[in-house]
Amino acid sequence: MRRRALAWLAAALATPQSLAQDAAYRSPLTPFAKVMPGYTLRFPHDEGSHPEFRTEWWYVTGWLQRAAKPLGFQITFFRTRPEIKGDNPSAFTPEHVLIAHAAISDPAWGKLQHAQHAARAGFSLAGAGRGRVDVWIDDWSLRQQNGIYHARIPARDFQLDMTLTATQPPLLQGTNGLSRKGPRAESASYYYSLPQLKAEGTLTRGGKPAPVTGTAWLDHEWSSSYMDQEATGWDWIGINLADGGALMAFRMRNKQNGKLWAGGALRDRQGNSRSFAPGEVVFTPHRKWQSPQTGTVYPVSWTVKAGSLDIEIEPMMDDQENDARFSTGTVYWEGAIRAVQHGKTIGRGYLELTGYWRPMRF
Amino acid sequence: MRSAVLPGIFQAVSGNALRDNPGRLVLALLGIALGVALGLAMHLVNTSALNEFNLAVRSLSGEADLVIRGPRGGFDETVYPRIARLPQVRAASPAIEIEAQLAGRKDALTITGIDPLRAAQVQPELLAGPENRITDLFDPDVLFLSHTAAAWLGLKVGDKLRVNVGTSSVELKIAGLLSPGAYRQRLAVMDIASAQWRLQQLGRINRIDVRLRPGSDAQAVQRELAQWLPAGVHATTPDAESGRSTGMSRAYRLNLDMLALVALFTGAFLVFSTQVLATLRRRTHFAMLRAIGLTRPALTCLLLGEGALIGALGSTLGVALGYALAGVVLEKFGTDLGAGYFRALAPVLHADARTLAAFWLLGIAFAIAGTAIPAVEAGRRAPALALKAGDEEQGLKNWRTAWPGMVMVSGGLVLTQAPAVSGLPLFGYAAVALILLGAVLLMPWLAAAVLRRLPALRYPPAMLAIAQLQATPRQAAICIAAVVTSFSLTVAMLIMVGSFRQSLDAWLTTMLPADLYLRAARAGETGFLTPEQQARIASAPGIGHAEFLRSRNLLLDPVRPPVTLLARPIDAASARSILPLLGPELAPHADEPPAAWISEVAGELFGFKPGDRISLPLDGQQHVFTVAGIWRDYARQNGAIVIDRALYMRITGDGLANDAALRLAEGATPDRVAQALLARLGSPDGIEIATTGKIRDASLSTFDRTFAVTYALEIIAVLIGLFGVSASFGAQALARRREFGMLRHIGITRFEIGIMLGCEGMLVSSLGIACGLAIGWLVSLVLIHVINRQSFHWSMNMDVPWLPLVALAVLLITAASATAVWSGRRAMSGDVVGAVREDW
Repeated sequence: MRRRALAWLAAALATPQSLAQDAAYRSPLTPFAKVMPGYTLRFPHDEGSHPEFRTEWWYVTGWLQRAAKPLGFQITFFRTRPEIKGDNPSAFTPEHVLIAHAAISDPAWGKLQHAQHAARAGFSLAGAGRGRVDVWIDDWSLRQQNGIYHARIPARDFQLDMTLTATQPPLLQGTNGLSRKGPRAESASYYYSLPQLKAEGTLTRGGKPAPVTGTAWLDHEWSSSYMDQEATGWDWIGINLADGGALMAFRMRNKQNGKLWAGGALRDRQGNSRSFAPGEVVFTPHRKWQSPQTGTVYPVSWTVKAGSLDIEIEPMMDDQENDARFSTGTVYWEGAIRAVQHGKTIGRGYLELTGYWRPMRF
Repeated sequence: MRSAVLPGIFQAVSGNALRDNPGRLVLALLGIALGVALGLAMHLVNTSALNEFNLAVRSLSGEADLVIRGPRGGFDETVYPRIARLPQVRAASPAIEIEAQLAGRKDALTITGIDPLRAAQVQPELLAGPENRITDLFDPDVLFLSHTAAAWLGLKVGDKLRVNVGTSSVELKIAGLLSPGAYRQRLAVMDIASAQWRLQQLGRINRIDVRLRPGSDAQAVQRELAQWLPAGVHATTPDAESGRSTGMSRAYRLNLDMLALVALFTGAFLVFSTQVLATLRRRTHFAMLRAIGLTRPALTCLLLGEGALIGALGSTLGVALGYALAGVVLEKFGTDLGAGYFRALAPVLHADARTLAAFWLLGIAFAIAGTAIPAVEAGRRAPALALKAGDEEQGLKNWRTAWPGMVMVSGGLVLTQAPAVSGLPLFGYAAVALILLGAVLLMPWLAAAVLRRLPALRYPPAMLAIAQLQATPRQAAICIAAVVTSFSLTVAMLIMVGSFRQSLDAWLTTMLPADLYLRAARAGETGFLTPEQQARIASAPGIGHAEFLRSRNLLLDPVRPPVTLLARPIDAASARSILPLLGPELAPHADEPPAAWISEVAGELFGFKPGDRISLPLDGQQHVFTVAGIWRDYARQNGAIVIDRALYMRITGDGLANDAALRLAEGATPDRVAQALLARLGSPDGIEIATTGKIRDASLSTFDRTFAVTYALEIIAVLIGLFGVSASFGAQALARRREFGMLRHIGITRFEIGIMLGCEGMLVSSLGIACGLAIGWLVSLVLIHVINRQSFHWSMNMDVPWLPLVALAVLLITAASATAVWSGRRAMSGDVVGAVREDW
């Protein structure tokens, strides 16, 4: 799946309040493509943008080593297509809006360092290309060339410039890349992951560049309606296992904070992968942490059961809260975590917790 | 020890005088209070306007380092990505700013089309506010209003607003309000794509706010941009922007400030005249004090202290009054007293303690200055002489020479030749000040010279009056000077405003030769007539001849506001009958660039002269024209340029028109034709049709409203002058109780004494008014040819409004005579005959 707190914005863009009230408007609204079973994902074609769908994202997370110390990083490019009425010939018409988020988790820092950038597509200043990963907002970009992904995030507080090299073929989520998000068939997305990416690059903080290396995970997901009406939030993990395997698991929560839906996939070190049915995935919270900034309480450590696999999730640091109230209007937790089994770290990845601040509104 | 004695002495010097003559004290107090109040009120109103203006410009351009701006009509939007991609640019926010005419209202609203995501990078506070979602703006039929605009329009979130575009209208919904702190001006924000589409500006933007990367040199970027930006598009810094905007109104504000200072000056003069007479009256008293040991400097200091006390009391009253007045003015008239410079602002009264203190001290300083001469004079007098009666006139002897006054007046006349200082007629104001001051200083000499030549009359009271004045010319001079100061100012203003109004009237006649005028939008830039509509208008029944006019804004110089380009049918042969041309005209030869006629304002601002080649940015390219003549224009304060419309259409391909001048066919009535036209055009909302008479009346009433404040100042000046006359007569009359007693003693009736005083009042005020007329005329010349010219760059024909002047003169003489009689009657009450004995 993937999800993401930014999905909130997608919903907001999709239905401006005033639009919903103007039921009988003269022009038809933007038509969106639907996620249908039977579609076969093709690579690298499907790595590119799918502008006929309402929302789409490219999400890179990973663990880096800088001077023998671990860091977490997250880079997201998000494309959303506002539901526009009429047929505006203006070159400024916001047919697509691109939003990028980036964050660094550094235990020495104690909390996230994050940056964001957004623009409407157009004038070649921002856009998402078809056929291969090619998404950019001004000088922020994520592009694939010659099979290598290149991310450039020249934010104000830090600058990240790195290449990501695939070591494994794409991991198709759900059923051949069609990932269900709820009890109803229309809540679904196309979703694949690129785990075990080799990351190399430069992280510049305070004007001082330093080389970084590590392992990353890329998610690419697109849909027009993946959130179920009943969902209030979700918990998600994506973990590069130390043995070369990969685990993804998620749980959509309902209004009673229980499981509305769940899913996931595991690929073992031999490359054999299997998907989990909703009943096979169980998220059990343990330790909670309360944010001093927002007062929100997040379960930051968990037991996750996926099929026969049973792992403990422990955060790199507690405060990986992302306060995006002033941009996307939400607060969520997203950060680097370790997967622990019998007291031994068996993988590193990312955990996302949404809807704990307030239910995600749609 | 000293400190304990001082109050006692002060009591001895001033206490009795203040207690005995509260009327004098009140008058002097009021003089200062009025002066301070007016000065402060004007200043507060102006600075409030300015503050708002700067804030407005600041919040509009946010944290921008550069503002790229083109003509109001806009420039090609592809400039935006080129700017955004420059390596020195961190963020670029494109915008289209449109003055949109509101349907069903006479006003325009500034609608700014922005890309909210880009704007947020340059103006972070733009859409801040919990209730706003940037994404709401993506709906093409919504806008956000500033709180001020919402209050002004009486609309709330969810309401609809109609805006005229072309000759039809568009309905927009108010989806939110901008945060109250960010914008205090009346404006609306739309998405740039919606604004381009809904307001028919596709492909155009007219402004880009740019934030540079740290370490970039704004000036270097400006130079680089100048290389390739289209003609008429310029990059400036936000400071230059706000300077440009406030520059428009600077001269107007300075004019008001100066008027206020004149009021303060008049107040100081009032203190002076009352203090002179008061010290004269107390000469024997002071002589006694001197005789019993009070030193000369001590006496002077104490008298100055008295002036300071009056000043402090008057100033305190004045500051309170001024603050209140400013509040009332701001609420009732807005920041520019109705002149239209700050139309879109909703001002808040800004008054910091420092300003209030400065005006308070200024009032005291003026009061002390008014006291200085009599105080020094009183100290200088030998006690023995001063103890004698009838010494009053001696005290004034020192200032009978004419040369200081002469020097000042001539100095003032010389200063009128000096040019403006950075657009402000500072030397002009100095000239007015010198002429007024010189005239006051000339008065003792002039009074003596004139009074000496008065013929002797048979009628005893008149004879006595003349004899009294001839014997005390310098006391009379103070009274005359009071009249001169106030009256000359009034005369000057009357002549200037009268001339202006007359010239405006004549100008309107030339500019409005047709019978009917049709306008696509009364305000704003969104209204226009399409070629098809123009054809329909021209062929309407009852129309004899129709002429269409297109007006656009051209940015000739980034540091100045744009000039108006008017394209209308015109050629060199007909120019004089179409435009109020000034001076010579010339017809360009066939091999010369085509003709352009420039307004006086544009000529002065840009230094254009007939025969010059000028380059105008039309449609992003420079086109050269020959200046074929200069015409007078009172309508466009930033300058206007007229070119032939056929030529304009050839160059730009723009066939739209804003206005039509319609001559009626024989037998057609304006009302019937107007109705037929509205019906024919089918959408009367965006269109206004007015007869020539209606436009004239509206223009002249706007003029009168703008100058209403000067009338108020004139009335105040006249009142201060009358206070002066009354103060000096009152003081004199008290001083002359012994004389009145003697006159009564030798058989002259109270009534005859009254006549005598009336004659004195009439003579003195007539003299004052005659001088006031002369000085006022001189000052009006400076106002018309120097101050107005340099402030607003337009000329006018001198036209003296005799009737109001004569009426005012008669009124003033009557009032002055009556005041004199009234003061005398008060003095004669009680035991006048007994007063003779005071002269021991």
